[in-house]
Amino acid sequence: MKKTFALGGVHPHDHKISAGAAIEDFPVLSRVYISMAQHLGSPSEPVVAKGDRVKVGQLIGKPTGFMSACIHSSVSGTVASIEPVADLAGNKVNTIIIDVEGDEWEPSIDRSQTIVREITATKEEILKRIADCGIVGLGGASFPTHIKLTPPPGKKADYLLINGAECEPYLTSDHRIMLEMPEQILIGARLMMKALDVKKCFFGVEENKPDAIASLRRFSSEYPEIEVVSLKKKYPQGGEKQLIDALIGRRVPAMGLPIDAGAVVQNCGTALAVYEAVQKNKPLFEGIVTITGDCTEQQRNFRLRVGTPFNKMLDAVGGLPEQAVKLISGGPMMGKAVANIEAASVKSTSALLVLTEEQTKRKPQTQCIRCGKCVQVCPMGLEPYLLNKLAKVSRMDELEANRVQDCIECGCCLYTCPAQLPLLDNIRVGKGQVIRILRSRPKK
Amino acid sequence: MSSTILITIACLSALGLILAMVLYFVAQKFKVEEDPRIDDVEALLPGANCGGCGSAGCRAFAERCVKAAELDGLFCPVGGNPVMQQVAARLGKEIAEAAPRVAVVRCSGSLDNRPRTSIYDGAASCRVMAGLYSGDTACRYGCLGQGDCVAVCPFGAITMNPRTGLPVVDEQLCTACGNCVAACPKNIIELRNKGPKSRRLYVSCVSQDKGGVARKACSAACIGCMKCVKVCPFEAVKVENNVAYIDFNKCRLCRKCAEACPTGAIVEVNFPIRLPKEVEVEKQA
Repeated sequence: MKKTFALGGVHPHDHKISAGAAIEDFPVLSRVYISMAQHLGSPSEPVVAKGDRVKVGQLIGKPTGFMSACIHSSVSGTVASIEPVADLAGNKVNTIIIDVEGDEWEPSIDRSQTIVREITATKEEILKRIADCGIVGLGGASFPTHIKLTPPPGKKADYLLINGAECEPYLTSDHRIMLEMPEQILIGARLMMKALDVKKCFFGVEENKPDAIASLRRFSSEYPEIEVVSLKKKYPQGGEKQLIDALIGRRVPAMGLPIDAGAVVQNCGTALAVYEAVQKNKPLFEGIVTITGDCTEQQRNFRLRVGTPFNKMLDAVGGLPEQAVKLISGGPMMGKAVANIEAASVKSTSALLVLTEEQTKRKPQTQCIRCGKCVQVCPMGLEPYLLNKLAKVSRMDELEANRVQDCIECGCCLYTCPAQLPLLDNIRVGKGQVIRILRSRPKK
Repeated sequence: MSSTILITIACLSALGLILAMVLYFVAQKFKVEEDPRIDDVEALLPGANCGGCGSAGCRAFAERCVKAAELDGLFCPVGGNPVMQQVAARLGKEIAEAAPRVAVVRCSGSLDNRPRTSIYDGAASCRVMAGLYSGDTACRYGCLGQGDCVAVCPFGAITMNPRTGLPVVDEQLCTACGNCVAACPKNIIELRNKGPKSRRLYVSCVSQDKGGVARKACSAACIGCMKCVKVCPFEAVKVENNVAYIDFNKCRLCRKCAEACPTGAIVEVNFPIRLPKEVEVEKQA
C-alpha cells in the first residue's frame, strides 16, 4: 500500500505530455521585465537607477520587510527604466526593465558543471547565503526560504520534507530536475537539513514518475538520512499539510503551521536553488518552466530567465495556437489565468499552459442539492457547500466557526461539484475577509 | 369518581396560582427599564433595517437617538429629513436639515467606450472578479459589471443596463443608504448631494492612470487635463492622482466644466438639454 494523505483529494488526468522533453536553455531576449514583487511580503526596493550597467546575478532589489526577499538581475545590460508595469492579472507592480547586452555573469558565480558535494558552510552561513541569493519557495506561494528555515523560538523541526509530488496536471518542471539533477537536489536537501538541524529527511515523489524516483534513489543510497518515498497519485498531494500527512502521518493543527507538526516542507525546485546558492554562489534568477498545452506545436521544458514575457515564451513552442483561448501561469488546478499576455515571468513561474475552448468551456450552473461530493473531496475536512453559502452572505462569525481560514484553495470542491458552482471563488473571498478580521483582533 | 376530578382541578389551580405568583415577583424583580420613547421613535422610522444609518437596524438606531444628547451625526437616509424632524420633535431635540443625497456610479466605461481585453466567465460577482484580476478591460479602476451593487440594494433602486453593461441608479427609489458604496470593490459608487431640482454634476470616472493610458483604455475616461479646474469660477474642481473631482458643496451648477471636458467624463443630470450656440443667439434676438 503506497502512502498518501487520508482526507479527500481528487484524481484529475495528469496530462504530463512534456515529461519526455529534456531541459533546454531558453534564449536570452533583448529586454526583460523584472518585477519587484516576486515573493509573499512587501515589494523590494530597487537599488539600481535608470542607465546603470548590471551583470547577470547582480543585486537589483533589496528587501523592505520581514517577508521580503532580494532580487537579482537575470541578464546583463543597461537599466532602461524603473516603472509600474502590469503583471499577469493586470495589476501594476514596480518593475525594473533591462535592455540586454551580452551575457556577462558576476565573476563570483561558479558556472562549472562540477558538483560540489562537500558541505563546508556553517548553519548561519547557509541561512545567510539563502537570504542573500533571494531564494523563495518555488512550490507556488513564494514564501522566503530563509524564514521558513528559521523556526520561531521554542519550536523545533523533527523532519525536513521535500515535495517532489508535482500533483498538478501538465507540469513537468520538477519531474525533469529530479531526473536530470538528482544529486544537486539531494545536496540542497542536506544543506537545508543542516540549517534546520534535523536528522531525517523524507522526499515524496508521486508514483507516476518512476524514472525520477529511480534516479533519486541511485544517489540517495549515499545519504542514509534522506529517504525517497513513492506516493500514490492524488491531488493535492503537494500541499504542505497533505504531504506531512502522507509522509509522516501527522496532522497540522487548525490555523497552525507545518512547524507545529514538527515538519518543514520545501519544494524540490527550492532544494535545487538552495544547492546553487550555497555551493555555486548563484542567486535565484532563472527557473525551470514547462511550456505546454494540448494545442501547442511542441511541449517543452526550459531553463528560463526571470522577467521573460509570456508572449515571448510562446514563440519557443511554435507561437500562440489559433484554437487557444486561455493561458494559465502554473497548473490548471491552482494556476492563475494570464489576463495580460505581455506580463513577465517571476521566480515562482513553473509553467505556461495553453488551453483550448473545449477545455475551458464552463457547463451551465445548477442548484446545490447537498450531494456532499465537495465535503468528500475536501482535503482539509471542510464543508465547501456551507462555506460557499456563508461567504456569499458575509456571515463572518459562522465562517470562522466552520474553519474557512483552513482552506488551502486547492480547488477540489470546484473540480468535483456536479452543479458547476463556483465554490472556491466565493470561499476565497470569505477566507480573505475572515483572515483580515483575525489579524486585526488583539492577541491574547 | 367526582372527587378525583375535583382534586385534579384543585391541584392544577393551586399550581397555576403559585407559578403565577412566582412569575409576577420575578417580573417585578428583574424588570428591564426601557425608555418608552425608544418604541415611539422606532415606530416613526421606516423599518427597512438597511443599516444605512450605521446602526444594526432601526431599533438600534432608535436607541442611539434616544441616548444621544444631540442628534448631530444621526441620520436616517431612508426616511430623510421629514422622518428626522418627527424624531427630533418626539425627543425634544434639534436637528439641522440635511441635504438629500443619492448614489452615483462614477464610471462611463460602457461596452462602446471601453473595449474588452479578456473574457471573464467566472463567478458572477464583482468581489470575486476583483480578487482574481484587474478586470476584463484595460482600465483597472472601472466598473466590473457583475452587479454586486444591484444584489445588495434593499430598495431595488439599481439595475444593470444590458446595453452599456453599467449599473443605473433610479433616483426616485434610491435612499442613499450606502450599501452599494460598501459593496463596490472598485469604490466607484459615491453618495452625492441630490442638488436643487435634482440637478447635479459629477466626474464619471475614477481612473488614476495617466491621461494617455486612461484614454487608450476608455474613450470616456478622465485624463486629468485640468481644463475643468481652470474653467471653474468657484474652485469646486480639483485634480488629484490624474482624476478630477467636483466638490458638491462648492459646485454652483454653472456647467462650464462639463462644456470644457474633452472626453465627456463630466456628467450632467436633470439639466435642460443644452441648445446649440446659434439657436441661443437667435432666441435672444
